[in-house]
Amino acid sequence: MPNSLIKKKSRIQDTVLYICIYFSAAISVLLLIGIIGYVLVKGIGSINLEFLTKATSAIDGTTGIAGNIINTLYIIVITLLIATPIGVGSAIFLNEYAKPGRFVRIVEFTTETLAGIPSIIFGLFGMVFFGNTLKLGYSILSGAFTLTLMILPLITRNTQEALKTVPNSYRSGALGIGATKWYMIRTILLPSAMPGIITGIILAVGRIVGESAALLFTAGSGYILPKTPIGYFTKIFESGGTMTIQLYLSMSKGQYSIAFGIAVVLLVIVVGINFLTKFLAKKFDTGRRD
Amino acid sequence: MKANTNSSVMRSSQTKVVVENTAQIIFTICAVVAILAVFSITLYMFLKGVPAFADVGVAEILFNPVWEPTAQNPSFGILYIILTSIVGTAMAIILGVPIGVLTAVFLSEVAPKKLAAAVRPAVDLLAGIPSVIYGLLGLMILNPFMYKLEQIIFENSPTHQFTGGANLISAVLVLVIMILPTVINISQSALQAVPKSLKDASFGLGASHIQTIFKVQMPAARSGIVTAIVLGIGRAIGEAMAISLVSGSSVNPPFPFNSVRFLTTAIVSEMGYAADTHRMVLFSIGLVLFVFIMVINIVLTKILKGEKHDA
Repeated sequence: MPNSLIKKKSRIQDTVLYICIYFSAAISVLLLIGIIGYVLVKGIGSINLEFLTKATSAIDGTTGIAGNIINTLYIIVITLLIATPIGVGSAIFLNEYAKPGRFVRIVEFTTETLAGIPSIIFGLFGMVFFGNTLKLGYSILSGAFTLTLMILPLITRNTQEALKTVPNSYRSGALGIGATKWYMIRTILLPSAMPGIITGIILAVGRIVGESAALLFTAGSGYILPKTPIGYFTKIFESGGTMTIQLYLSMSKGQYSIAFGIAVVLLVIVVGINFLTKFLAKKFDTGRRD
Repeated sequence: MKANTNSSVMRSSQTKVVVENTAQIIFTICAVVAILAVFSITLYMFLKGVPAFADVGVAEILFNPVWEPTAQNPSFGILYIILTSIVGTAMAIILGVPIGVLTAVFLSEVAPKKLAAAVRPAVDLLAGIPSVIYGLLGLMILNPFMYKLEQIIFENSPTHQFTGGANLISAVLVLVIMILPTVINISQSALQAVPKSLKDASFGLGASHIQTIFKVQMPAARSGIVTAIVLGIGRAIGEAMAISLVSGSSVNPPFPFNSVRFLTTAIVSEMGYAADTHRMVLFSIGLVLFVFIMVINIVLTKILKGEKHDA
């Protein structure tokens, strides 16, 4: 902070700009507090055991989102199972194998592009490609494949960042004592980069949980719980709406108590994910400094 | 005996070579997935989006304001839809960027460390909130408020169609909130990347803190702030679910109190029941959106490249 030797001359423009700066920052914070507060107040009353463990059914007279919770879990697991190996592999290629050149530029450009494509476009593509061309229709599988493409850049980028922080001495050390490149990647690089990879995965979970436009026309809107144990296996070929989709549908039908109930559940998940990534980042940082 | 050991060493080194090569091939294939994905998305968007232009006519779709896809004599003009997306995005940027950049200034320059540490997680959380929740809040809070405003402003207007508050302004306000985290985070890292020597030099010449921020640090962080704006545009123009219920349900020219359709919301709200030509035109809308996004992406890559050359 600079202190003028004589009394500080105060300028009107400075004061005005200071006010603008504080005002803007206040908006961002108040928005968040307002949003969380409003959703909690409106939605907490809808949350009870039935809401979380039963599916909505006119026959049983129950209102609940259990079916949607299961669908969300299915989509998270399937998407991550496919996207994580591909994303991590792509990052390893870019960081460890690739020599700078045209191919790398194209891979990096397309990864950037994928990150910039809006989810509604992924939804349209998923609908025609996975839904029509591959004949998956409205199904959890169709939705999971679509989301795989969407979160791929997230995982690739986070892994790449993590790999970049691994000191080069680790690599030359391992190679120097006779390890092959793959052995070095498997035993030295991947474990060192693990916190970064996990952060990417957690961020991807957040993205999947919050996604709606890409799923509306791919995974569809089914909300029923499978009735038989086998049903849990065939479920992946059937339509299944995530919590976010159900929130959207409830909102468009005017069922606001369900909508706010889901909103509370989603907010809890988002806040949890936020803390988890912060915690990991901190742990990662101190680990590096030691 | 000796020959045996030799051959086993040889064999193991051969397996090693195979494993090494397989690993490299697998990683390369992983990298190709991104290329394939972008390629096939582009291909499909064109394959599905172009036929309607051929059937209905390019001018009949792009420059015709009448959108009556289900009428007896259907008309598929998306001029107002395109204009709404452009005007809505522009308004969101005009309102959101100053707030976002000033918040970034607050976080990186003005705020005491502890306060900044408390505000930053708030911004991250804003980024993580699912877009449908913003839509829900817009529907429950903004729309009733806008309806009241509408009733006051258009009390004596015989021509105004009342929208119940679902109008362009509501949608723009939701978009502003949604682009804030992007703009804040990216401008903030741009500002923090400005070398401290510039700041010290400015102070040394007797400039005030505010003068230093606005005359020295912001110009130095220019390319980062431009990146933030471009990403904000991309986010705003591509957002669908948050504004689909908030912006109203009929196609009108983009005036503040009109019920409007964006490129994205037109697809979301009509794809469920559209058939034949109507459906094909919805894909054409998708194609228009896709072209906008690709242009934005290319601009962004150019900016980032320029930045690298500067450094």
